[in-house]
Amino acid sequence: MKKLKINSNSILLLITIALFVAMYIAGCIVYADKGFTRLQTFLNILINNAGLICIAAGTTCVMLTGGIDISVGSVVAMDCMILAVGIEEWGWKSQTLILLVLVIGIVFGVVQGYCIAYLGIQPFIVTMAGLFFARGMTAVICTDQVSIVSDEFFVKLANFKINMPFGAYENKKGILQVPYVRITVILALIVVVLIFLMLKYTRFGRSIYAVGGNSQSAELMGLDVRKTKMKTYVLASFLASIGGICYCLNTMCGTTTQGTGLEMDAISSAVIGGTLLTGGVGNVFGTLIGVLINGTISTLVKSHGKLVSSWANIVTAILLCFFIVLQAVLAKIKESKKA
Amino acid sequence: MNNIKKITKMQLFLPIFSMILVMLVNVIYDVVNGNAPFGFFAISTQLTSSGNTILYGRLIDILNRGSEVAILAIGMTLVVSASAGTDISVGSVMSLSGGMCCMLLAGYGVTNVSEYARPLWVGIGAGILVAVLCGLFNGFLVAYLNIQPMVATLILWSAGRAIGLLLCNSAIVYVRVPSFQIFGSYVGLFPTPMLIAAACILIMSLILKFTALGTFVQSVGINKRAARISGFSSAKIILMCYAICGLCAGIAGITATSRIYSADTNNIGLNMEMDAILAVALGGNSLGGGKFNLAGSIIGAYTIQAITTTLYALGVSSAQAPVFKAIVVILIVVIQAEPVREYFKKLSAKKAAAKEA
Repeated sequence: MKKLKINSNSILLLITIALFVAMYIAGCIVYADKGFTRLQTFLNILINNAGLICIAAGTTCVMLTGGIDISVGSVVAMDCMILAVGIEEWGWKSQTLILLVLVIGIVFGVVQGYCIAYLGIQPFIVTMAGLFFARGMTAVICTDQVSIVSDEFFVKLANFKINMPFGAYENKKGILQVPYVRITVILALIVVVLIFLMLKYTRFGRSIYAVGGNSQSAELMGLDVRKTKMKTYVLASFLASIGGICYCLNTMCGTTTQGTGLEMDAISSAVIGGTLLTGGVGNVFGTLIGVLINGTISTLVKSHGKLVSSWANIVTAILLCFFIVLQAVLAKIKESKKA
Repeated sequence: MNNIKKITKMQLFLPIFSMILVMLVNVIYDVVNGNAPFGFFAISTQLTSSGNTILYGRLIDILNRGSEVAILAIGMTLVVSASAGTDISVGSVMSLSGGMCCMLLAGYGVTNVSEYARPLWVGIGAGILVAVLCGLFNGFLVAYLNIQPMVATLILWSAGRAIGLLLCNSAIVYVRVPSFQIFGSYVGLFPTPMLIAAACILIMSLILKFTALGTFVQSVGINKRAARISGFSSAKIILMCYAICGLCAGIAGITATSRIYSADTNNIGLNMEMDAILAVALGGNSLGGGKFNLAGSIIGAYTIQAITTTLYALGVSSAQAPVFKAIVVILIVVIQAEPVREYFKKLSAKKAAAKEA
């Protein structure tokens, strides 16, 4: 029998999972009368954060190489605006627009990746320029709020419900309610699984870890560090575009202020999930849990009813602080063991 | 030829060059539109509705509006140099200190006052104190727990604005008292924010000139361990840099609040951290820490404001301006990038060889 190895990294992941479960159970006990125990509450967290899950998966990959991508929130806004204006004003088909958005994501990633990997400019500055560019482009396309109503395919896609075979219940009026998820959730979960498999079993995935762990030794091992970095940024922008489509399917509109601060939500989810900003350590599964923890906190604050929404920010920040300090302490213990 | 090389090699060459480029765009624009060619630099006096004479002109406007970013850039330069990371919480801290100040001056839950509930110095003192405490918190995480600066400051990035909102009871608090508005308006001929920024810059450059602070910060940034071994506490210096950065954020926050004589917690300092970091990078400082140049950062800060003001003058709306800002930023950093520089060096070497042959 293979013995399960527990190192400090898996401890972090275990703590994250334990905290999520504890938080959810606490919510179930305190807010049982407000429907917290229902399966739909949990599914709603997934539905509301489907876009963020895709984005955070990309951010995790970038963070694993030791870089950072803060342009993703603005890319989401730009995608939503292109989809909304494209459908309502240009009269394009949504299928074409979805393709266009994905291509734009890839081009965006190629430009950013080239500047970072081949020109050696700091990722923070390049993606900050990307943030400004995408946010400004959103306003160049249209400055008003545009709602999507006229494309049949897109509306159908957004309203498509996938019913769960279990967990049905009768509401107060005696009507049977079947828990459901949206198509975006399926998409997001597929993304997470694919990225997880990619990081674990493909050559590209392993080189990401190698580059993030120590780019010099990765280079000496014969890995093309620059190419790996560039590919990672392309992947992140591509996933941000998929996230943008999910986001648009949720909100069904495009505004200039959409997705503000989403990049930081993605980064904090990844950090709570055990990914280190220095690179080399992390797991996309942890990021998924990180997103779910963020979602649970805001659901808890909403369930209370009287708290202002800024409390959700404060609680997330406290949690982030707890995890960061925990990571630091674990790293110190590890160091003292070595010495 | 040699002289040109000497000039282009200077560290301040690029920031000054980009500043001149921005000004040139203005001159060309004025000439094309048939205005006076140097209208950009014209400074005149104007009588305000309240009967004061003030300085007026685009240059003054840039110096006035760029004050907050310039003040933030001072602290950010030190943080970047010492810890090889950025403090992304400054915008939030600005909003928090503004919120704290207005909450104390108006009283909790009150949204509109024309008289102070507490003396002015209590409000301003508390606002700045809170900002310094935020800086110390960031500094503690970075210096003593060895957390990456960006992650450490992410905490206050998220919480700072939220706490500010709670302090103001999620509303905009107006303090309509002339003595509070003065920090954002004019003193005699000059805009007050400009004077505040000038004072901050002056004090910091005097400190750097007459104490060894600059050397300490740079040596910590270049090699933390070597600095510790040569006998000074790296952690304490990093902590101090973050505290100074917090102080700067506090001063900038009070100035920004006074400008609109209200604590609009949702909007004060929004994305200001990006501008401050950009100012440091445009100033020719490496975001990887080590050597720094304060003058570069300050010029960088005003360059950003000059770009923004120029875009407004060209008729670009404030929502669309980021596109052009992004393009300018990318151009400037690409010119600075090592491979591009080498390419140009090779090109000029080839030319010289061709000439000789």
